[in-house]
Amino acid sequence: MKQETRYIDTELAVIGTGLAGIAAAIFALNRGISCTLTGNTGALAYTTGYLDLLGFSDSRFISAPWDALGDLAKSCPGHPLAGIAPTKIAEAFTEFTNFIGSIGVGYSPPGQENLRAITPAGTLKPTLCVPLTMIKGITALHSKAPCTVFGFHGLKGFSAHQIAANLKSIWPEIEARTIHFPGHESGELYAEVAARALEVPQNRILLAEILKHEGAGSSYLGLPAILGMHNPDEIHADLERLSGFSIFEIPTMPPSVPGIRLREIIEQTLPAKGITMIPQQKIRKIEFHKEKITLSLFDNYGPIAITARTVLLATGRFLSGGLEAHFDHISEPLIHLPVHQPPSREKWYQEEYLDSRGHEIHLAGIETDGSFRPLKNDGTVYDKRLFAAGIVLAHQDWIRQRCGAGVAIATASAAVDAIIEHLAQ
Amino acid sequence: MSTLQTEALIIGGGVTGTGIMRDLALRGIHSILIEKNDLCAGASGGNHGLLHSGGRYVSNDIQSAVECRIENAILKNIAPHCIEETGGLFVGVAGDDEQFGILFPSYCKAAEIECEELDAAEARLLEPSLSADLIKAYLVPDATIDPFHLALENVEHARMHNGSQYLPHCLIQGFERKDDILAGAVCLDQRTGKTFRIEARQFINAGGGWAMNIARLAGCDDVRLLWSKGTLLVSHARLTDRVINRLRPPSDGDILVPGGTVSILGTTSVRTGDIDNVRPTVEEVNKNVREGMAMIPTLATTRFIRAFSRVRPLVQSGNQDDDRNIARSFSLFDHSSSLRNFCTITGGKLTTYRLMAEKTADLVAGRLGNTATCTTGTTPLPDSSSCKWTKPGASPRYWYVSKNPADMILCECEMVPQSAITQIIADSPGGEDDMSLESIALRTRAGKGPCQGSFCGIRIASHLYDQKYYTNDSGLYHMRDFFSERFKGMRSVIWGQQMAQMELAEALHCGLLGLENLPPKVKGD
Repeated sequence: MKQETRYIDTELAVIGTGLAGIAAAIFALNRGISCTLTGNTGALAYTTGYLDLLGFSDSRFISAPWDALGDLAKSCPGHPLAGIAPTKIAEAFTEFTNFIGSIGVGYSPPGQENLRAITPAGTLKPTLCVPLTMIKGITALHSKAPCTVFGFHGLKGFSAHQIAANLKSIWPEIEARTIHFPGHESGELYAEVAARALEVPQNRILLAEILKHEGAGSSYLGLPAILGMHNPDEIHADLERLSGFSIFEIPTMPPSVPGIRLREIIEQTLPAKGITMIPQQKIRKIEFHKEKITLSLFDNYGPIAITARTVLLATGRFLSGGLEAHFDHISEPLIHLPVHQPPSREKWYQEEYLDSRGHEIHLAGIETDGSFRPLKNDGTVYDKRLFAAGIVLAHQDWIRQRCGAGVAIATASAAVDAIIEHLAQ
Repeated sequence: MSTLQTEALIIGGGVTGTGIMRDLALRGIHSILIEKNDLCAGASGGNHGLLHSGGRYVSNDIQSAVECRIENAILKNIAPHCIEETGGLFVGVAGDDEQFGILFPSYCKAAEIECEELDAAEARLLEPSLSADLIKAYLVPDATIDPFHLALENVEHARMHNGSQYLPHCLIQGFERKDDILAGAVCLDQRTGKTFRIEARQFINAGGGWAMNIARLAGCDDVRLLWSKGTLLVSHARLTDRVINRLRPPSDGDILVPGGTVSILGTTSVRTGDIDNVRPTVEEVNKNVREGMAMIPTLATTRFIRAFSRVRPLVQSGNQDDDRNIARSFSLFDHSSSLRNFCTITGGKLTTYRLMAEKTADLVAGRLGNTATCTTGTTPLPDSSSCKWTKPGASPRYWYVSKNPADMILCECEMVPQSAITQIIADSPGGEDDMSLESIALRTRAGKGPCQGSFCGIRIASHLYDQKYYTNDSGLYHMRDFFSERFKGMRSVIWGQQMAQMELAEALHCGLLGLENLPPKVKGD
C-alpha cells in the first residue's frame, strides 16, 4: 500500500532530540518560532540527570565555573562556550531548568559554584544543576549528617556499599544497606521498572515501611534514581512524608531513569505546546534549495516532507550518529559537512586511556562562525540558513571538561538567537 | 624475611611453566611456580590460540612441523575440553607463489602431516567468506586451543596432586649462589611490596621472552634471545569455522583463527628491544587487515574489538636477518658448565608446550634422582569447575542449565554470571585477597566481548563491593587499572561502531565516575 506523504512547514527544523535539540526547541517555543523537532533521541537516556556547565579545565576541578569560562575564552578560544557571554549562558540555564521544572521535572537553579554530586561509584562530580530529587544528597554530604544509602538486590551496577565505602573517609556517618524492592524477591531489577512501580502509591507505602526500619538513626537516606518516571518530585515528596526521612536520589548506571524521564516528559508535553515532534526517526535526506530547505524522513505512517526556513543540526557525536569514524577519517554523515579532525587515526587517541590531556578525537567536530553556522573547507558559511549546536561542535571535550549540558544549552540558546535574527531579515 | 621451601622453583607462569609444574607433580616432585604478573601474561596469552597441525612449518622447519604433528594429537587426546577441533585450510589466492602451492603436499608428506587437496569451489563451500580469487586449498588437522584454560588446569592439577603452589605477582629479584649451586631465590610480592625467600633444590627458568634476563640474574649469560613483536586482531564475530592459513611461506597477516565466538587475525613480525611495553600500533593493525583481505575480503568491513601484541622469544644462533626464518623449535639450557641445579627453557610455541615441559622435567627429575617417567602425554588433564569459565560460549550454557534467576549476568557481552565471579574469588588457581578485575577477567570471559569490559568492569566491582569483598577505595583503583589495561588493546582498532562504544565508555569512566582524577595510589597500599 502506498502511503501518502505528509507535509510540514516550519520556520525551524531541529535535527536531533538530545539535550541540545530539546533546549533549542524550548528556546524557539518561548520566542514564538514554529519549530519541528526530529531525529534520533540519541544519548539522552545515558545522562545521569546532572547538568554540567564546566567541571574540569586542564584536568583541574573547577569550583567557580563562571570565572573559569573567562579563562577558557583565553586558553581555548575555539571552545563553543568561549564565544558566549557567561550572563547569556546563565540565562539559558535558568530558562531551560525553569521550563523542565514547569512540565514536571524540577531542577535546582544554576548557582555561583559547582555542586559536588555523588556518583554511583561513590566519587564526586562537579556539576551545575541537579534534579530536585537529588539535591539533598549535596546538602547531606555538606552537613556530614548521618545517612544510609540503600541498594536493591538485583539492581546491577549500583552498590550502596561501594558508595559508602568510598565516601566514608570524608563522611564518617554514612552507612549502606541492600534491601529487596517491594514485591521483587529474586532476579534482576531494572531501574526503569522499579521507577514505574513506584508510581503506584501502595508500592511507596511498602518501600517506606522498609526504609523506616532499615534507616533508623539516619537523617538522610540515599536511594538509586528510581523515584517515579512521570512526576518524580511528587513521588519523592510522598516517600519523604511516608518514611519521615530526607531522601535523595543517586544516579544509576545508564540507561538511567533521569534521562528517560526527560525524554518522556519532553515527548509528552512539547506537542501540546505547539512543537511538531517526530522523535526516534532519522532524517534520510536534506536538500538546500534557493527558496527553502527540505528534509525527508519516514515514520510508522509513511513518508514525511518538511520544508523549513532554517535548520539546526544537533545530532551529537559518535554514540548518536552525528559523527562517524571510518578506517582513516571522521565524517558528518547527514550533510557531509567538513569535520575538523586530527590528521590520522594514529592521533585520535593518546597511548594511555586516562592521559590527563584527554584524547584529540574529542576535539573533532563541526566548526562554525560566530553565529553557529557550519563552515565549508574554505572558511565560508555552508549555508546561511544552517546552524549547529551541542557536542557535534569542534574544539570542546565534553567528557573530560564535564561541559556536555553546558555546550548543549548555551550553544542552542545562542544558535536560536542567530536563527531569530536570520528569520527577521 | 619469610622463607618458603620446595623441591623445584619454577619461574614464569606461561603455558610452559605451568606444564612443568604439572609434569613434576605427576612425578611426585613438589614445586612452587612464581609469576611476576599472572598466568599467560606473555606470549602464551598473546597468540592465535592455534593448535598447529604442523603445516605452517613444513617448508622451512621440518623438526617443528613434526613436533607439532605429534603434540597436536597428544593434546587432542588429553585435553579435549581446552580444544576445538576446527580443522584448518591452507589457501592460495591469485598472485601467490604457485610453485609453493604445488609443493605443499610433498612437504606435508615428509613430515607425515595429513593434507587433503580441495578444489576452490569445495573450499568456498566449506568457508564462504574465502576470496573468489582462490586458486589452491588444502585441508589439514589444525585446531584451536585456549591457553588460559590450559594453564589454569595445569596449575590446578598440580595443586590437587601434591600441593604444588602458584604465586602470582611475584617477581624474581635475585638468586643466592654458593659455588655451582643455587640455594635460594629472593622474590618481591608486587602487591604487598614485601620481599621473601624461596629455598629449592632445583631452579627452573621458564621465563619465555624474559628468560635471558632471568638467566643473567643467576650469572648465566649463555641464553641469547631475539625478540620478535607480533600484533594480532580480534574480530567482533567469528568469521570462519576453520583455521585459515595463507598458502605461502610465513608472512604478515596470513593466519585467521576462530576463537569460540570471535576470530583472531595475525600476525606481524617486527624485531623489538623492549619486551615490557609492547603495544599494537595503528600501522600494524592496518597491515594485518590489508594482508588478510587477500584471503578473506570481508575483513575490509569487519568490526574489530581488540588488538594485542606480545613478544616471541627466538633463540639466537648465528646471523639471521628475517626472524621468520629462525627455527621456532625450543631450547633447553642445562647451564651445567656453571650451575648444577639451574636450567632454562625458552623458545618454542604453544602447540609444543607439553613436550618442552617434558624435556625440562626429565632434566630436573634426573638431577633430583627421581626416576619416574613422564606421564603428561597420557594422563588426562582434569576439567575443574573453577577453570571452566575461560571457554567462549561456556558461561551462557552453565547459566542456562542452572536455571537460577537470582544468578545475574554481570558481563552481558559474554554472559558471565555472578556465580562465576564468586567461584573464581573463592577457589581459582592464583586467587588472592583483594583480587583485581584483571585477575578475574583472566579467569573468565568477562571483558572479552564488544564492550571490552567497559560495563562489566563496573558491574563486577559493584558486585564485589556488595559482597564486601572490596571494602575501601581499592575497587576504584581496580576499575581504573582494568579499563586502562583493556584500552591498550582497543586503541588501534577504534573506528566504526567501536568508536561509539569507546565514547560511551569514556563518558562513564571519566565523565561520570571521574576515574582519571583518582589521587595517586601508593605502591603496595
